[in-house]
This record gives sequence, structure tokens and C-alpha cells, in this order.
Amino acid sequence: MMSLTLRIWRQRDRTQKGKMVTYHVTDVSPDMSFLEMLDVLNEKLILDGDDPVAFDHDCREGICGSCGLMINGIAHGPEQATVCQLHMRSFKDGDVLDIEPWRSGGFPVVKDLAVDRSAFDRIISAGGFISVPTGTAPDAHAVPVPKKDADAAFDAATCIGCGACVAACPNGSAMLFTAAKVAHLGLLPQGQPERDARVLKMVGQQDAEDFGGCSNIGECSAVCPKGISMETISRLNHDLLGALRAGAVPTS
Amino acid sequence: MPLELFTVGEPIADTKAPRDVPIKDRWNERRFRARLVNPANRRRLSVIVVGTGLAGGSAAATLAEMGYRVKNFWFQDSPRRAHSVAAQGGINAAKNYRNDGDSVHRLFYDTVKGGDFRSREDNVHRLAEVSTAIIDQCVAQGVPFAREYGGLLDNRSFGGAQVSRTFYARGQTGQQLLYGAYQALERQIGLGNVEQHPRTEMLDLIVVDGRARGIVVRHLITGEITSHMADVVVLASGGYSNVFYLSTNAKGSNVTAAWRAHKRGALFANPCYTQIHPTCIPVSGDYQSKLTLMSESLRNDGRVWVPKERGDTRDPREIPEDERDYYLERIYPAFGNLVPRDIASRQAKNVCDEGRGVGPNGLGVYLDFSDAIQRLGKKAIEAKYGNLFDMYNRITGEDAYETGMRIYPAVHYTMGGLWVDYDLQSTIPGLFVIGEANFSDHGANRLGASALMQGLADGYFVLPNTINDYLADGPFPKVDATHPAVVEAEQGVRAQTEKLLSINGTRTVASFHRELGKLMWDLCGMERSEESLRKALDRIPEIRQEFWTNVKVSGEQGIFNQNLEHAGRVADFIELAELMCVDALHRNESCGGHFRAESQTPEGEALRDDENFAYVAAWEYTPEGVPPVLHREALEYEYVHLAQRSYK
Repeated sequence: MMSLTLRIWRQRDRTQKGKMVTYHVTDVSPDMSFLEMLDVLNEKLILDGDDPVAFDHDCREGICGSCGLMINGIAHGPEQATVCQLHMRSFKDGDVLDIEPWRSGGFPVVKDLAVDRSAFDRIISAGGFISVPTGTAPDAHAVPVPKKDADAAFDAATCIGCGACVAACPNGSAMLFTAAKVAHLGLLPQGQPERDARVLKMVGQQDAEDFGGCSNIGECSAVCPKGISMETISRLNHDLLGALRAGAVPTS
Repeated sequence: MPLELFTVGEPIADTKAPRDVPIKDRWNERRFRARLVNPANRRRLSVIVVGTGLAGGSAAATLAEMGYRVKNFWFQDSPRRAHSVAAQGGINAAKNYRNDGDSVHRLFYDTVKGGDFRSREDNVHRLAEVSTAIIDQCVAQGVPFAREYGGLLDNRSFGGAQVSRTFYARGQTGQQLLYGAYQALERQIGLGNVEQHPRTEMLDLIVVDGRARGIVVRHLITGEITSHMADVVVLASGGYSNVFYLSTNAKGSNVTAAWRAHKRGALFANPCYTQIHPTCIPVSGDYQSKLTLMSESLRNDGRVWVPKERGDTRDPREIPEDERDYYLERIYPAFGNLVPRDIASRQAKNVCDEGRGVGPNGLGVYLDFSDAIQRLGKKAIEAKYGNLFDMYNRITGEDAYETGMRIYPAVHYTMGGLWVDYDLQSTIPGLFVIGEANFSDHGANRLGASALMQGLADGYFVLPNTINDYLADGPFPKVDATHPAVVEAEQGVRAQTEKLLSINGTRTVASFHRELGKLMWDLCGMERSEESLRKALDRIPEIRQEFWTNVKVSGEQGIFNQNLEHAGRVADFIELAELMCVDALHRNESCGGHFRAESQTPEGEALRDDENFAYVAAWEYTPEGVPPVLHREALEYEYVHLAQRSYK
């Protein structure tokens, strides 16, 4: 069993100033997940009449993308996995951990460790789709897709929209997120008709949100729990250039 | 059956399926007979959709494409978080791309049989019919299904079928299908056709003049309680596995939307039908918050065993071959480790009950790969299941290539839900229920890879065709915020919220949830008996009583308060738990996921009682202290013949 000191960002809501507050947790089992350790802290806070720490979480198996925290300055902490998949055996007795929300202008704090990531939805809404109303599709085998393209599209499509890439980026850029969707759909024959328009609209929306620009540092990919590759950003830049050279007018 | 448990009301029946034509023509015929709404009129009609999973997301997107004004509500921050995202295995479709004898009729047959003959034939046949269009739709959206080198789609097989009809995207099929629906939904949001309500939880249904007309919601960030009106309400709010506290469901998955609709008059069907998945990572401590599934596919190469002697705590590698009991291979020589989910789960429970379970708390069995590694090499096993071994390692800290895995069954899916007719309409006119939230097409047991199929069938293809028939009578008279039904519903929600915050007792919400879950797992879990269920029914009202007098909910109403959200959900789980136990007690037979100790063959297998129980049990809500009312829907089998399942 371990004892830890946690310094956690507490902020009542979007409008109020926050601060770091220190808590001590004891009897931490190495088999607990990081979020279960926070559950135990919260149970104690509730019984003591204090306000429990708010954090987003849902599936707790690393796929829904809800959870995400900075632990000692690293998005999702020391393992390259979501915090729900991070276990306390990655830490040692006596550790002092700074726990903060995603830090980015594009993700305003909702409360404590929970942030507003709706900017990601707006980027998808701007163009991260193939326009195919229900019922209009041809037979699934009408268009063969080379296996290597399908596999590469899948790799890009595994992005869970957690936002770690933005939180890790010194510029607060959402480029890896946007690029993953541009690459996923752009690699498939079904995605070709809207390929130019898609990249322009998605990048335009990304710029309209409070995200910074990409300077190819690579922190994003290094913390991505799904290991989305920097190659997707090259693809995005390639597609963007192609669309602009084809005479498209940027939307931002 | 003693009468005080429940009373019997009028039987119910589906009246929408055109039974005057053969089953293969019924869906076509229903679509032809259903009234339509012309595109210009659709713009004047509004639809509320609660939920954004495979069913809700696909329905909201499709209805918006058709021209209806859609208002979509969900409790997570983004529609992409819905728990459909976590489904691993795949999605069934009767494409017969393998040329291995598959057909719509065979998928229909397998599903009815897999459901242990407790589902409605008409619905299942339709599900099989539309299954093929789902794959077409998803491929066109850019869902990156697994493909062969020739560029065409790959398939694999799943339990309960002898054909390869499962389409998949590695172990993340649910995620990819959900993103397809999510992107279609986001497109409609961008076009202004869907009004979005993120981080908003439905807390009541508004019924006006006998029709569902709106919902009362609480905004989870501001705490604001508001009402929203429409011409029709669609619930796609998922299943209720979290009544067991520990399950493979997401932490937020809950029964509240469905349960509050039930309290407004929608019948709740077959609540006791729950699916328990045999291969999950065992519980490691009291702090455990959820259970993680290890794909069923592992049983292709893993051998399940426990020590022959009870209390044998040696390292598994030190237990010699002749002191191991490969109990599935011993009891079911024909199917061995590949018996269906319900059977594998029950046998794991049996050996653990005998005291032969392994791991820290004795609730686990070994899934051992050493034979397969010896036969095929570690590389081959890694290529097939590498991500699962990694996941196991991350959670347990153990290297399963060396030690094997420890697994134990966990609640995974609920076949029960709100009763719906062939049009997916509940017993409240204007309330439609889709996906896992309805009592669905799976009978008493769902086959693997069929949940994704049903969610998308309902949302993309069934509901958008049947809802028109109802909306053809609209628009309905405008209901404003001052209508007595709206005021009453809103006041009820406010009162409950205030009550929860004012009790200020000594126990946390989570402690009640854990107690309820353990009780349900022990007494209404893998095996139920009259004795265990009566014990549960004695205890649940006490938990309910204590909850409402001694719970401690922190914070206030007007802020982001996750503890308050949880409290409301647990309050509903407690009520649901009681109905589940009544349903399980009244159904004095074993079928699918419902195993009654009193009803088994001499070999210990589930024994159905078709003469007395070939019906859907649809329950009417009654206030506390008044026994619920049972409405029976008789199940008739015209095309599939009733038979006993055997896997020896």
C-alpha cells in the first residue's frame, strides 16, 4: 500500500479563478487505476463534507476518450495510455503528484479537472465526414479498397478525441486531431469527392477555435494514447496544399 | 406463485406487423401500409432523440436528413463518447460474402434460437433483412472495416453461428461504427438540422393528452432544469447493466431515462434477462470501479481450468497437469472451451462456489495459453491477440504469455428494456424506444456481434420508416411551459433534486450502489432461485428506505455536481432492481441468460417451460407498496420450431 501527496487544480466553474489544493491519500493499492485512486479521495471528501474533485470519465477502458489529466506536466501521465488505463503501480510510495486539467485556450475549464472540448466536435462538424445520407449507399463490395489503405485509414481513425495532443502541444495546436480525420477519410476511395473541401473546412474551423498553430514538435504524438502518427500531419499538409493549388479559397 | 408479488393485467400484443402476409414480406408490407409525411411537412415536425450511441446517433442523423427538426440530448460532453464506442468484436450481416450458406433466413433462425425462443419472430426477421444495408451504409461513410488483400471485406465467425458473417474493424468495431454515425450526426448539426444538447440528462417524460410530448432535463454544468417539447420522443438511452454496480458498461451508463418513462406508463419488458460475459478480468479490490472484457475470441486458443483441489494457492506453472481440472472440456467434450456465453459463465461460478477459484479472492479461473504457445509459437499468439495481452498486462501487471490469464464472468448487456411494438413504439403513444433501451430482438440471450447490428438497424432503417406513420397525424397542438403536465413534471424533478441534496446522511451514493450491485450479483445474477430472489426482495426495500433517509450527496444543484447525477441514477437502479427480482421470481423456468436453479435438466442445463412461459413479461409501474402488474405478450413461432439447446 502507498501514500501519496496530490496537488490538484480546483476551480468552481469557468468564470472563477482556480488554485492548486493539496490532499493526502493513504492505502493506495498498486492495482488501482489512477481514476479509482481519485474515486477513493472523492469518497473521503464527500464524507468530510467537502466538494469532490470533478473529472470527466466514462468507459474506463481507454476507448471513449472522456478522461484526461496532466500528471506532473505530462498529458495522461507516465504511460502512453489514457488515465483510466494508468495504474498506481506506475508510481511509488511518497510520490508528490501535480494533477491539472488539460491546459489550452481551446479547452476552457468547466470545473476542476473537467474541460470543454466541444471545439473538437465543431471541427468534425465543419467537414470531418463523408456526405452519404442513409439509404443511398451502393453494395459494400462495389468499391474494393486496397488493404494497406484500409489499414492506414484504420490507424488514423482510432483517434478517441481525448485532447491529449492539444494539452501536450506547447502551441496548444489541434493539428494531430484534425489530421487524423483528414487522413482517415482521405485514404479511402469513398472520401475522395470531398477531399479538398474537407481539409479546407476542417483547418478553417480549427483556426477559428482558440488553438495554436502546428510547428511539428511532436509532443502530440508522443502522448497520444492511440499512437496516432505525425505522418497524418504530413498528409494534412499535403492535402491542404493540393486543395489550395487546385484553386480553392481558404476559409480562414 | 403468491399473489402479493404482482397482479395480472390484460394481455398485450403487437398490432403493427402485417401478419396476413408471409414473414419475408412483412417489413415491405409494413412500409407500404405506413402513412408518409411529405418533405414540406417534415419541416414542421420536431423529434426529440435522447442518446447518441449507435441507435440514437444514427436515428438523429437520419431523421434530420429526412427533413425533420431534431433535438438531440446526451449526458457526455460529446456524442462520440456514447458507450457503443467500447464494443469490440463485430457486427453481423447476412451478406453471404463467404458463400458458406448464409442467408437472411439463416441469420433470422440463428438469432431466434440463440435467444432461446423468447423473441418476437417478426422483429428478428426484419433485423436480419436490414442487416445487409447497414454494412453498405457504413462502408460508404468510410468505416475502415478489416479487408482482405483483394480489397474486399473480411469476415469472421462468432458464437452461435456456423457461418462467417461478422464484419469487424480489429477489436474496435463499435468505435468505428459509432464514429460513422457521429460524423453523420455532426454533419447535420453543422447544417443546422439538429439542435444539440450536450451534457444534458433526461429526468422525466412529459405526457400530454396521452401522448409523449417532451422531456424534462437537467443541464449537468449549470444545474438548470428545463423542459423541451416536440411532436414525438425517441429514447436511445442504452441498457441497465450498472444495476449490478460492477459491469463492463461505462460508469455513466444508467437506466434513468427509460425508468422515468416507465413511471409515466411505458411497460418494461423482461427486466430479468441479463447477459453475463464469461471472459472478463476479475475484481481486484473493493475500490474496483468497473470490469473489463477480454474478447470471447480468446477461447479459441485458451484452455479454461482450475486446480482439482480446493484452496490450492500454488503458482499455476507449478501445478502439474494431472492436478488441473479442465472443467469445460470435461463436462462438454463436444464444444469444450467454446460453449456459449451463458454456459461458460455458469460453470465458472460453480467451480468457484466449490472453493476451487483462483486469484486473491478466489473469484477467478485460468485461461491458459501454454498449449497454444507450444503448438503455434508465441509469435502467432501475439499476432492474433497481442492487444488483449497488452491490455491484460496494463490492468493486472501480469504477463499472460507466462502465467495465463485469470478471468471471471461479468455483466455485459441487458436484453430487457421498454416494451415496443413492431414500429418500435412503446405503450405510450409518441414514445419510441430503440437500441439496447428497448426489450429488443434478442429474446433471453443475445448472440455476439448482434448488438451493433440491432442498434444501427433501429436507428438507420427501422425507426425512420415507422415514425412517419405516427407523425402523419401531427403537428400536434402546441404545448407551452405553463401546461399543467409540464409544470407538474418539472416540479417533480426539482423536488427530487432538492430532496437528494437535503438528506445529508452518513453514507455515500457509491456505497449504496456497491451494496445494491453486490446483492443483485449474489442473488439475481448468474443463477437465481426462489430462495435467493425472496431474500433480495426482502432486502431491496430496506436499501431503498435507507437510501432516502441516510444518503449523503455533496454540493449544490446549480453547479457541475457528478455526485448528484450519480444519486439520481442509483435511486432508479434500486427501483429497477426490485422489478428485476419480481420478474426473475415469476419466471419459474430457465431460458438464455436467466437461469433458475429449480429449472434444469438432470445434466444441469437450462430447462425452458414453453407451455407456461413462452411470453414476453411486460410490467406496468405501480407506486411503492402496490405490486406491479404483469401484461403478457404471447410468443408464437410460425417459422422456427421450439427446441432444447444442447452443447454436449
